[in-house]
Amino acid sequence: MRHDKILLAHGSGGKLSHELVTELFLPVFDSPELNRLDDRAEVQVAGARLAFTTDSFVVSPPFFPGGDIGKLAVCGTVNDLAMGGAEPLWLSTGFIIEEGFPVDKLRAITASMKKTADEAGVKIVCGDTKVVEKGSLDQIFINTSGIGMVPEGVDISGNRARPGDKVIINGFIGDHGIAVMAERQGLSFRNQITTDSAPLNGLVRSMLEVSKDIHVLRDPTRGGVATTLNEIAMQSNVGIVLREDSVPVRDEVMAACEILGFDPLYVANEGKVLAIVPPESADSVVTEMRKNRYGEDSVIIGEVVDDHHGKVVLSTGIGGKRIVDMLVGEQLPRIC
Amino acid sequence: MCLAVPAKIVSLSGMTAEVETGGVTKKVSTDLVPEVRINDYVLVHAGFAIQVIDEQEAVETLKLFQEILEHEHEVS
Amino acid sequence: MNMKFLKDYRDGEIARGIIRKINEISRRPAKLMEVCGTHTVAIFRHGIREVLPRNISLISGPGCPVCVTPNRHIDEAVEICRRPGVILTTFGDMMKVPGSSSSLAAEKAAGADIRIVYSTMDAVDIARDNPDKETVFFGIGFETTSPTVAAAILRAEQEGIGNFSVVGAQKLIPQAIRALLQSNEIGINGFILPGHVSSLIGTKPYRFIAEEFSIPAVVIGFEPVDILQGIYMLVKQIEEGTARVEIQYNRGVPPEGNPHAMNLLFKVFEPADAIWRGVGTIPGTGLTIRPEYSRFDAVRKFGVCIQEDRDLPGCRCGEVLRGVITPLQCGHFGRTCIPENPVGPCMVSVEGTCAAYYKFGKGASGDEA
Repeated sequence: MRHDKILLAHGSGGKLSHELVTELFLPVFDSPELNRLDDRAEVQVAGARLAFTTDSFVVSPPFFPGGDIGKLAVCGTVNDLAMGGAEPLWLSTGFIIEEGFPVDKLRAITASMKKTADEAGVKIVCGDTKVVEKGSLDQIFINTSGIGMVPEGVDISGNRARPGDKVIINGFIGDHGIAVMAERQGLSFRNQITTDSAPLNGLVRSMLEVSKDIHVLRDPTRGGVATTLNEIAMQSNVGIVLREDSVPVRDEVMAACEILGFDPLYVANEGKVLAIVPPESADSVVTEMRKNRYGEDSVIIGEVVDDHHGKVVLSTGIGGKRIVDMLVGEQLPRIC
Repeated sequence: MCLAVPAKIVSLSGMTAEVETGGVTKKVSTDLVPEVRINDYVLVHAGFAIQVIDEQEAVETLKLFQEILEHEHEVS
Repeated sequence: MNMKFLKDYRDGEIARGIIRKINEISRRPAKLMEVCGTHTVAIFRHGIREVLPRNISLISGPGCPVCVTPNRHIDEAVEICRRPGVILTTFGDMMKVPGSSSSLAAEKAAGADIRIVYSTMDAVDIARDNPDKETVFFGIGFETTSPTVAAAILRAEQEGIGNFSVVGAQKLIPQAIRALLQSNEIGINGFILPGHVSSLIGTKPYRFIAEEFSIPAVVIGFEPVDILQGIYMLVKQIEEGTARVEIQYNRGVPPEGNPHAMNLLFKVFEPADAIWRGVGTIPGTGLTIRPEYSRFDAVRKFGVCIQEDRDLPGCRCGEVLRGVITPLQCGHFGRTCIPENPVGPCMVSVEGTCAAYYKFGKGASGDEA
């Protein structure tokens, strides 16, 4: 660790987060399940393959266009399980609430959690509540953990991308990050941009029905598409080429990014999945994804290559090339 | 050194304007371009309109090269 | 959906047409300096170096305001944010830049009330909403941004807001270009002049580049079609052996600039000598608050006195900023100096030449030494 204090950037999903995990946590907790650094652990129990994961949600403000912290908390954990091809089954939920938080809001958050859990077909089966003094945290934090079952014959991991594989995304990028950031930055929209937060286990199930041999699934949350693809390129020791023209970005998201000085490739998503699949099944997977409400705008955005290992290269609209690095620090609105 | 985005003035109130680009609206200060009117396009930098965009020039810039390209097509 | 004036200028077909035109006419070696950091980033972002003929090289210049801000001003902001009852406001760009011993990000982690604003007027709003505190704006930037700092001071004066003040680290561009040319270290054949600075100052302040130094210069926009068209105009001048100051970015830059904004700027500020990090003092390139507005000068208000600048050991940002070396020639680059642990400011700023080289591919471009 190069820093003697934790900075915000240690939690932003970029390089410093990676450093914190690999240099501080891994050496201490050291276990083969953890060391794989996937979004979930896979454990064997009485012959069954279980997927197990946990995630904490601290979004501010807790209510934002199209969603709230409760919906995020369920989707986030459901998706972490789904990204291993697992069927999510049970969730736990822990609330840490600031003294004075309105009960009405808590009721709204739990209703939203229940609705999302029902949609995803998971049960919330245990929980915990702590209340802390005013000022100790910003309104409400939620932790969820989840357990799911991995079907036979499924082997999805960040280290399975192979040269020739296609990179697929299930729609427009950056909606969530911009929906949340816009509120804070005084931007408004003619057509409201809402969070893309969604439980993706149904979509993943339908993809696996078309092809069991999906190599990698990962949800590009913090750090965005750029950071997630970098992680995959490193874990699989391959190169990834993205075509700028094919990456779907809404005009409003692009415009907001221009104003704030952001790159949409680094903006967070909560209902997106990056799928890396063998070339022969790519088209049929995309066709199937488009039948799902969370995959209507699915498209192939790039491919895996046996070149520039560990790096992601973007071929630009004018025919140039550039490397797309991981997010360093957090994205801050900038003027230059 | 200086990001600036083109945007259209959709409303004006004192030294504040609402501008729109790509479906995104934002309030900006017009202290530096007090002469702006509704429907003008401006360059927005750090929450200020810093210059009024010359639409005629904008069209000319693109036309220049579109014409050269068309000429290329005709020749080939 | 309306993205007027953006999408058209990203059209791949037009861009490729211009690239063919450049290839047709370009014969002589051409070292073109992009003065402005926003150009540096746009050039990398769109992969423009790769599509140019080998005889054209693009050299990054000193136009990253974060990079050229000396430690002194960061130290001033750090010292002020530690004072009780102070809210320090600044642009997101400045948060991570290291001063002599600390950065604003580190001070925030240690408990200082530091808020990122998008506009100087947001800082005035914070001052108005917090009458029992002192709100200080840490301002950086060139002619594009400085009038917005002046406008904020004038607004505060007009509304009688007494708890607002500014740490000013703003700089002026044209005389910095003169200083570069006088030292004549690199033999520049053409200047890519900053579009948005020029929106404010117009073209007159650049005339000396053509008239005294016989070097072509074109004011250029920031979209790929703009940049390629501007390079085409520069190459044309170079091949013809002429030297003029031209405007490619006509839609945003009238020849006279924005005189009203410049009047506001010089109502509040006056030119002064300024230290450019790694370059040294350049006469007449700084801005200092005029005596009539001195109550808005935070350094004076808080009685801050910073000792002289300490250079960063082994850091070659100065040479990078002058275009004398590329980041690849610095021993720290990519080894001890990386974005998550920067040695010098050129690696901190998103627009810094070193950060751009690192982020966008370590100089996979035509200008390796």
